[in-house]
Amino acid sequence: MRVYHFSEQPYPPAWNDHEGSLRVNLPNRKCDPKVAADLYHRYYDEWLLADELGLDIMLNEHHQTATCMSSTVVVGLSVLARQTKRARLLVLGYPIGHRPDPLRVAEELSTIDVISRGRLDMGFIKGVPYEFACSNQNPVGVMDRFWEAHDFILKAMTSHDAPFNWEGKYFHYRQVNIWPRPWQQPHPPVWSTTGSRGNARALGERGYVMAVLGTGYNTRPLYDAYREGWASKRSGMPGPDRFGYLGLLAVASNEEEARRRGELVAGYLRSGGIVHPPFRNPPGYLSVEDNARMLRGETPPRTLTKDGRAIDMRKASVQDLIDASILFCGTPDQVYGQIVDFIDYCGGMGNLLSMGQAGFLSHEDTVDNLTLFGKEVLPRLKEYKQPVVEATAAA
Amino acid sequence: MSVTTEQPPAQISVGGIKVETIERGRGRPLLFLHPGIGIDRAAPVLDHLAERARLIAPTHPGFGASEQPPEFDKVDDLAYFYLDLMDQLDLKDAVVVGVSLGGWIAAEIAVKSTARISHLVLANAVGIKPGSRESRDIADIFAIGEKEFNEIAFADPAIAARDYKAMPPADVLAAARNREATARYAWSPYFHDPKLKGRLHRIRVPTLFLWGAQDRILSEDYGRAFCAAIPGARFEPIERAGHFPHLEQPKLFADRVFAFADGKQP
Repeated sequence: MRVYHFSEQPYPPAWNDHEGSLRVNLPNRKCDPKVAADLYHRYYDEWLLADELGLDIMLNEHHQTATCMSSTVVVGLSVLARQTKRARLLVLGYPIGHRPDPLRVAEELSTIDVISRGRLDMGFIKGVPYEFACSNQNPVGVMDRFWEAHDFILKAMTSHDAPFNWEGKYFHYRQVNIWPRPWQQPHPPVWSTTGSRGNARALGERGYVMAVLGTGYNTRPLYDAYREGWASKRSGMPGPDRFGYLGLLAVASNEEEARRRGELVAGYLRSGGIVHPPFRNPPGYLSVEDNARMLRGETPPRTLTKDGRAIDMRKASVQDLIDASILFCGTPDQVYGQIVDFIDYCGGMGNLLSMGQAGFLSHEDTVDNLTLFGKEVLPRLKEYKQPVVEATAAA
Repeated sequence: MSVTTEQPPAQISVGGIKVETIERGRGRPLLFLHPGIGIDRAAPVLDHLAERARLIAPTHPGFGASEQPPEFDKVDDLAYFYLDLMDQLDLKDAVVVGVSLGGWIAAEIAVKSTARISHLVLANAVGIKPGSRESRDIADIFAIGEKEFNEIAFADPAIAARDYKAMPPADVLAAARNREATARYAWSPYFHDPKLKGRLHRIRVPTLFLWGAQDRILSEDYGRAFCAAIPGARFEPIERAGHFPHLEQPKLFADRVFAFADGKQP
């Protein structure tokens, strides 16, 4: 089992001073570069601590937002490729649906893989809906562009003998021959995320690592769709290392303190949806069938608790978030129990993407959170024998 | 307002692409090109136009229930589609009328060929970029909600309100397809073809701009700049109408079209 420490590198000083939108159109005069510099350095310090504690590292990027100051994940990966010693460096994700130039992506990621001596995990995502307003890429057809960019990047990473030609629907190059080539062969592991069974199945067919977030006890159907896709292409079933899950983390030596930290970490969920509504659902991002359902006011719940209650994780209490395994929160023993319980429900889940810093959680609290987890929970999780699903109903 | 007893919409297949179409009336051919919000078969303007012409009003590829060819992603594609359609129907001396996005398509058709066109009518048409790179010539409709869209698009926003929960599912799906198709063709460059303005001099048929004067998606200056780029084109504002004058002043809209096409200016 691997546990990746994750923070969105938020800028919470702006969170209490907005007019209904923390993303896309929040004026950047609300960002004080001196405050931002201190925040970046403390977040990097926390990742260095994670490296020492035996945790792995996850970074992401977002654009034009006070919820995440990482506007290009390449910067954080570059810093940490040089400064960390042993942790895997997962980008989840690199929003290639927004990127105009996948050649640049292949070059950046190969370089980071080499500098880190083969510690890169590369998660490709299409990108969140609101950021099509920032990148101005057309949200219609984004998955087509995503897959062409993906195909191109992998071809660039695995072609070593002569420049190749690429004249596709979206991208055009005539002499592709990247330097350096990646350290890991044939290329760094590919990850992606999804919230739909159709995409989950497609990821299973390819055998990529699939991560989900915000689904709680609604995760198993996605994992099973992945398993079906996997089994349709090869014999056997995927191991737990093919599955990732983003959970918020708040550990403390006593439950009361853990709950206080849980409230602060939940700020990630409570701030994440604060965005000018028209940016939330650009045309083409969802299928027309899903959009028609939304227009009719029919949206199925996304997050379920263990006892089957639908919750809105953006407004839910800490207790509800714990019940849904959106938040793992408590003493080390309690958190270990919650995570293992969830792994069993999943039928195996080998990559916990653990948000040990979010929102207003201070550096001191984060250090204690990570240290307690790293020393008292992580070794037990590494020892824990994961279940493996032998068959799904449809496989 | 939809008429449920009506026949299902006719289909026409052009180059293997099946689209919905409305054909009503007799006389000279009039090709009506709808805006991005789609076409309502019960819209009064269609009957007004069909009273004095053979109205042909297809639903563009990708809109409504019309097929979306996977390779179509530019208004240019739609323009060639309609040139093929006019060839297939052997239209002669057609009046081509386009509103908003439909006006853009009509202009793209006319710069390519006016061989089958006698008159061109562009109503609150998008398609060019008259201002500087930092001027927002066309309101960003993807940065506002439907309510605000209706407020800037209509002189009387009340006529635009829709209750999706009460609409037939097929119409809700069509609305979702219209929104997606509009973005497919017009997301970037935003509602214009950078090349179009420099080609408008090629339009040598009589051209009329009808302009809903209360439009706040496009300014009247935008319309006048568009008009000035087409040799001899005429500009007529329509009061008490916004971006969709065919919906807010349907009778007046049809009257203006025919007065122009019949050579009888007011």
